Amino acid sequence: MVIKNKLAKTLVTTALVAVASLFSATSMAAENVGFVYVSPIGDAGWTYQHDLGRLQMEKATGVTTKYVENVPEGPDAERVIREMAKRGDKVIFATSFGYMNPMLKVSKQFPNTAFVHATGYKMGKNMGLYNARFYEGRYLTGVIAGEMTKSNVLGYVAAFPIPEVLQGINAFIQGARSVNPKAELRVIWVNSWFDPGKERQASLTLMSQDADVITHHTDSTAVVQAAEEKGKYAFGYHSDMSKYGSKAHLTATTHHWGNYYTKVVKAAMSGNWKPENIWGGYKEGMIALAPLNPAIPAELQSRIASMEKQIAAGTLHPFKGPVVDQDGKTRVAAGQTMSDGDLSGMDYYVQGVVSKLAK
Amino acid sequence: MSILESILFETIVAGTPLIIVALGQLIAEKAGVLNLGAEGMMAMGAIAGFAVTFHTGNPWLGVLAGMVAGALMSFLFAFVVLTLMANQVASGLALSIFGVGLSAFIGKPYESEILATVPTWRIPLLADIPIIGGPIFNQQPLIYLSWAIFGGIAWFLYKSRPGLLLRAVGESPSSAHSIGYPVIRIRYMATLFGGAMAGIGGSFLSVFYTPLWVEGMVAGRGWIAIALVVFATWRPFRVMVGAYLFGGVMVAQLFVQGSGLEINIPSQFLSALPYLATIIVLVIISRDQNTVRLNAPVSLGQPYRPDA
Amino acid sequence: MLRLERRAEASAVMSYASPLLAIILMLIGGLILFSALGKDPIEGFRIFFISPLSDIYGVAELFLKATPLMLVAIGLAVGFRANIWNIGAEGQYIMGGVAASAVALYFYESEGPHILFLMVVAGGIGGMLWASVPAFLKTRFNTNEILVSLMLVYVAQLAVSWLVHGPMMDPEGFNFPQSRMFEESALLPMLVEGTRLNAAFLFALSALVVGYIFMYRSFFGFQMQVAGYAKDAARYAGFSAKRMIWIGLLSGGGMAGIAGMSEVAGPMGQLTEHVSNNYGFAGIIVAFVARLNPVGIFFASLLMALLYLGGEQAQQYMNLPSSISNVFQGMLLLFLLGSDVFINYRLKWKNS
Repeated sequence: MVIKNKLAKTLVTTALVAVASLFSATSMAAENVGFVYVSPIGDAGWTYQHDLGRLQMEKATGVTTKYVENVPEGPDAERVIREMAKRGDKVIFATSFGYMNPMLKVSKQFPNTAFVHATGYKMGKNMGLYNARFYEGRYLTGVIAGEMTKSNVLGYVAAFPIPEVLQGINAFIQGARSVNPKAELRVIWVNSWFDPGKERQASLTLMSQDADVITHHTDSTAVVQAAEEKGKYAFGYHSDMSKYGSKAHLTATTHHWGNYYTKVVKAAMSGNWKPENIWGGYKEGMIALAPLNPAIPAELQSRIASMEKQIAAGTLHPFKGPVVDQDGKTRVAAGQTMSDGDLSGMDYYVQGVVSKLAK
Repeated sequence: MSILESILFETIVAGTPLIIVALGQLIAEKAGVLNLGAEGMMAMGAIAGFAVTFHTGNPWLGVLAGMVAGALMSFLFAFVVLTLMANQVASGLALSIFGVGLSAFIGKPYESEILATVPTWRIPLLADIPIIGGPIFNQQPLIYLSWAIFGGIAWFLYKSRPGLLLRAVGESPSSAHSIGYPVIRIRYMATLFGGAMAGIGGSFLSVFYTPLWVEGMVAGRGWIAIALVVFATWRPFRVMVGAYLFGGVMVAQLFVQGSGLEINIPSQFLSALPYLATIIVLVIISRDQNTVRLNAPVSLGQPYRPDA
Repeated sequence: MLRLERRAEASAVMSYASPLLAIILMLIGGLILFSALGKDPIEGFRIFFISPLSDIYGVAELFLKATPLMLVAIGLAVGFRANIWNIGAEGQYIMGGVAASAVALYFYESEGPHILFLMVVAGGIGGMLWASVPAFLKTRFNTNEILVSLMLVYVAQLAVSWLVHGPMMDPEGFNFPQSRMFEESALLPMLVEGTRLNAAFLFALSALVVGYIFMYRSFFGFQMQVAGYAKDAARYAGFSAKRMIWIGLLSGGGMAGIAGMSEVAGPMGQLTEHVSNNYGFAGIIVAFVARLNPVGIFFASLLMALLYLGGEQAQQYMNLPSSISNVFQGMLLLFLLGSDVFINYRLKWKNS
């Protein structure tokens, strides 16, 4: 009996050890890809679009993905990214600006892992960058706004005056003015990426100041909902937000990361990945418009469709000269287009914006 | 609506959740209980209100649910600080963390849902008054409720016997106890009332105001409400004025931006003004003992346990 | 009916048993929570509490995360013991980080150990300056320090936001709201190779020791303790209330400021708007969970830090949303705070 008992004990112990090792094995062996998100995934918005991309890529490549949402932009991000690298994730995507420096640090410690960071400007030996030319979509929505407005006043709710946001604002009014030189744009900064209450308030303010087509560069659906309520038009951003305002929602500049994620992951799996600085737009399929609202006249719809093709082909550029800023200074001469370097340093409003940038 | 009318309208809307939550906190603080968990209670009120409105289609049931959720949260707090005598500041902070987390957790399935906008109630005749009529008397019903709550609380505090009792408990729990008043029970009720109001305030955000549910949508309004009570020196009328002032500063800032006027004051400075003003108010009221006694509840934040 | 009855003297047994009680309650709570979510509770606890510590790096991260909490909590505890309620450590932390960053940026592209030294000093002074406002107003006008220090948190948050969007913004940073990355000479040296644990952890440990000596071995610490228990007795004995207010607030502010410095000169390496992850508020909870005792603060900080790390793990390996760690944290803290009652009280059946 004693022996049997011992035997049983040994067996149980071995089984436990086996189970335990099985456990640690499953989390290590699979081809993992990690994602770091700045906010909860939610149902629309910046992080939601990245998560759609993640799911699409997962399907296309068969890898397992893991993500952490709501990661603060700072030291905590470094730990999360490192954890992913340490457990052997082949590729790690960090999807917010504030992850740039933490990711750069971790990337130096894990030379065999592919690190890819969205919206930043620092690259490394094994750290690539990606971002999308959101302004291309903005330009087209601007064209629609210029045609659809009756008051010639457009409105824009924005978070922080960083170049990416300013590109969107300026492209929007450039687009509008290309078809309607009388159009003007009012901008309100809410100093937050996410505060539905304040975003709504800013929208109502803009509409009371005669804006009849509004859009936003913040992260909730509040702007579209406010426009729906007041019977005005709005454009979504990041995601198709038509279900939050079927009448108001003309279209949205939407982000599509799935193909890019698939490409990067496949390259990394076959050992061919090299860090790049990708700034994709229509051409790369990173930017698209959500289905156009039937309220947009058929003629305009087809014009937009052909402009989409021109942008993809590179024959139409939202910042084609002459681009003149608010103070009358020529930023791009006639016949030229703005360079990527100038785009990524944008810190001014172009003509047509009524609001002033605080110095 | 003219610009002026819109500013007025928006100011009232922005101030309303602050009024409701702050008035509730005022009652709790008058009884000597400082509950820093307002943010968490509002978040729970917001999700409860949204979920119930979504399932029943009735915003009033939603408000009721928000109220119950807020009260339940504050019950947890009250139990810990009043029965178990834990520190109020630390427990309130913990409640905040708990409520924000729990609401996000419960709210996951509702993130993609939308509610119909609750129509405004137009009060005949009054709404026809030029300029102020529209903004004041053609509002969402909860805004009228906030005024009713204000009236009720003002009456309760200064004209009713239980109100006097409540204030006595906040002034000196030991003397209130020695004359035979149930200090702990009164503090419980005041805390629950504060929680219920925070819940209503939260449901206002998710059911009437935005209307949508997303994690983190309270966005610091609970903390502003706590500041507001102090700013108002624990007086209901000043809470109203303060809330509209706080709301008005924000709304005016948006209007100025949209209008294209050039202002070279950093927006952060404007946003900091209400807090600086609150500090100044605090200094003014606490300069001498008499004004302190007139305003601040003396035993605020201090635990009390009758040893009999 | 069950009633609480005051014990004749504080129960030594319960002072150790009450944290155990809280942990048992939390385990039960966690069991219910995980089961309700359809997750294996044992696995849940393993991931939450054990897997973050599976290697040296993990343990180092735990200490790193606990460092600012220890600093903030020990400084606050000094004041809390004398019933001086500084709840604005969050703001003092931010201002300490700002001041230290200003030094780092001023000495940008220069070398020498004086930079780090000045940063520590600046961090402490920055925090103390912010705390001196409630201290001054309290001693001069008798203004409630709870409320003033809380209001100043918002002001500090807005101030740092303005600074990183304006004067302290990285000139080569494409207008993104953040300062330059600090140079090597403005970064704290690492303690363990291959981890992020830096010298700030030693500051924290020494602060705990100094705090212990001050609280339990110095006459002034004794005075403050007496003042906390019996205000009138302290006044009768001629202890200066004003001096206590100043010391109580400045110790909290100074430590919080150094904590802010340790974050910008440690894992962050720059100033951004996200300089504080609510460490100032979390530090208050830590101080109370620890019952204002330096040894307790050491363990409570580690526990609090573990809850953060566990939450990240739970997301990755159990597919739980990020909010779960807040729920867990809030629950544990309320249990811990609540169960302390049994030190001074006992449960009794009473017929009423």
